[in-house]
Amino acid sequence: MIPTHYYLVLSAILFGLGVVAFIFRRNIITIFMSIELMLNAVNLAFVAFSQAWNRLDGQVFVLFVIVVAAAEAAVGLGIIILIQRNRQSLNVERVDLLKL
Amino acid sequence: MNAPLVVFFVLAAIAILGAVSLILQRHPIHSALSLIVVMVALAGLYLLMGAEFVAAVQIIVYGGAIMVLFVFVIMLLNAGVEERTNVSKMAAWAGLPLAIALMGFIAAAVASSTDRVQAAAQTGAPAPTKALAGLLFQQFVYPFELTSFLILVAILGAIVLAQREKTHP
Amino acid sequence: MIDSLLNVAAEHADLLISLVKILLLMFIVLTVNAYLTWFERKVVAHMQSRWGPHRVGPHGLLQPLADGAKFLLKEDPTPAGVDKFTYFLAPLMALALALTSIAIIPFGPDPIRILGHDIYLGIVDLNIGILALFAITALSVYGVALAGWSSNSKYPLLGGLRSSAQMVSYELALTMSVVGVLLMAGSFSLRDIINAQAIHPERGIIGWNIFPQILGFLCFFIAAIAETNRVPFDLPEAESELVAGFHTEYASFKFAMFFIAEYTSMITVSALCAIMFFGGWLSPFPASWAFTHYLPSLILIPFGLWVIWDGIRYETIFGRIILPGLGTVITAIGAVLIVFPFINEFIQGPFWLLGKIFFFLFVYVWMRGTLPRFRYDQLMSFGWKLLLPVSLANVVITATIIMLRGH
Repeated sequence: MIPTHYYLVLSAILFGLGVVAFIFRRNIITIFMSIELMLNAVNLAFVAFSQAWNRLDGQVFVLFVIVVAAAEAAVGLGIIILIQRNRQSLNVERVDLLKL
Repeated sequence: MNAPLVVFFVLAAIAILGAVSLILQRHPIHSALSLIVVMVALAGLYLLMGAEFVAAVQIIVYGGAIMVLFVFVIMLLNAGVEERTNVSKMAAWAGLPLAIALMGFIAAAVASSTDRVQAAAQTGAPAPTKALAGLLFQQFVYPFELTSFLILVAILGAIVLAQREKTHP
Repeated sequence: MIDSLLNVAAEHADLLISLVKILLLMFIVLTVNAYLTWFERKVVAHMQSRWGPHRVGPHGLLQPLADGAKFLLKEDPTPAGVDKFTYFLAPLMALALALTSIAIIPFGPDPIRILGHDIYLGIVDLNIGILALFAITALSVYGVALAGWSSNSKYPLLGGLRSSAQMVSYELALTMSVVGVLLMAGSFSLRDIINAQAIHPERGIIGWNIFPQILGFLCFFIAAIAETNRVPFDLPEAESELVAGFHTEYASFKFAMFFIAEYTSMITVSALCAIMFFGGWLSPFPASWAFTHYLPSLILIPFGLWVIWDGIRYETIFGRIILPGLGTVITAIGAVLIVFPFINEFIQGPFWLLGKIFFFLFVYVWMRGTLPRFRYDQLMSFGWKLLLPVSLANVVITATIIMLRGH
């Protein structure tokens, strides 16, 4: 059997990579994809614990996370389309009208 | 070094390579493809853990619907290669090592807690979908209905947001 | 040296058996694809009162070989300005996914015993068989969308976007229409679905899923035709509308990959229709009618004799040699089945399954020869406003009846 902490370390690494992508990329769509990567890392942790403790609650929660991610992706991409329409650019540094 | 361990390391390597590729690729469509690779690798890991229904749902919903939405938007908005704006060098020089340190800290904290985490018996048997469905529709029926309402709200929101501007007569 | 190799082979026997099965199945599927194109051209031609291919070999039987040679030898230009990685990835993805979906289909009930190992017909029997097939269908949208986008040209882009929107829309109706069958069978595995239809072997055809699930079958078949981008849902790749849709800019071998992917998914869908709604490898006759076990021979022997008779009077010398030879082989197979009852019992399951798959492929080709195509807005409104509610209604009705009956 594969020890649970192997999966958790992988989940932590993926989450960290998602954070790095979120901070260092400038394209809004890529930033949004890094959020999905972070959600996936969390899903991995849930399923790993669900297997460790032999309960199915973790997997049910993963289903909910996937559904919420779908809803969030739909609305988020709608907002991104609006940003592209209004600012004619997908670069987050151009969406800075509220900056000091 | 038995077969499941080898499969785990191969899938983990694919997932990490996909995530690194997401960071390093210049065109958003290549980042999207890397993310799809990560999701398929994670679905493989779920299969390894015996969560078959979750693995199938991950590929069908995440990989086959959400990422298709991303790819459509990238195509429709004609997103091109990212331009080089003036990012401060300090951010890259200090930020990246700090990010790696954060990741390493979390990973080390997780790896050192092995005794508390390896609690109960891990059978590795595939989780029966019937039990999952029973749990979903009996114990978690209220969150289930709430998520269906959430999807309805998201559909309405997406339609309203992406509407063309009406020319007032 | 040989001893150590044999020892290693014996230890990893399962892996080796799977490898051999995969290679064999791959070869068979690719050959069936090639002759499916011949079949389609012949049948559509005869429906349109013309001959179809009949020069390249007797009755045009060597036409697929000629087409294959053309695909391999033709120039393969890469247009300027394409996104190279995605341009090369898209047909690869489409082909790989289409061929992977064949692995889940079971071809027969009983295992063969070779050298002490039980070999089941069919590469793997997953617990989540149907779901895995839907996962592969969901991923195959990418092949089309990425092909259309990476070609750097307006007709492929439009065709690719339309085609992938169509595939995503009909995927929902496809998934929902199968839920009725899953409720009746209680499992996702394809073998369990067939076994659930075999509970009463004396019922024969009445025990199949088609009668309780006629609505589900119609929804599934129509949605599957839309998924595989065939007539009448082939607007995204129709010649008069969009040149060739998403595969306009693809030449010889990459176009062949899309082509093979489309025909392989046709075969997969026909196999699924046969397995889920028409009893898979079950015979339509009740199990007590043992004389129906001679039906394969009864079909093969007259067919072989007719091929011999037709070949003897064929116009070219080549045909006069090949066709009688082919006919003799077919007659010999039929005779072998009568003489060896052991093989005859074994061949019953695969014979019925292959017959049903062949019937559904014929219906696919028949529809291509007869029906006009949908306009795109008609297509989308049909998928969302008619097919999806009907399949949902099927799920509700099935679930209510199962609950009332207390199964």
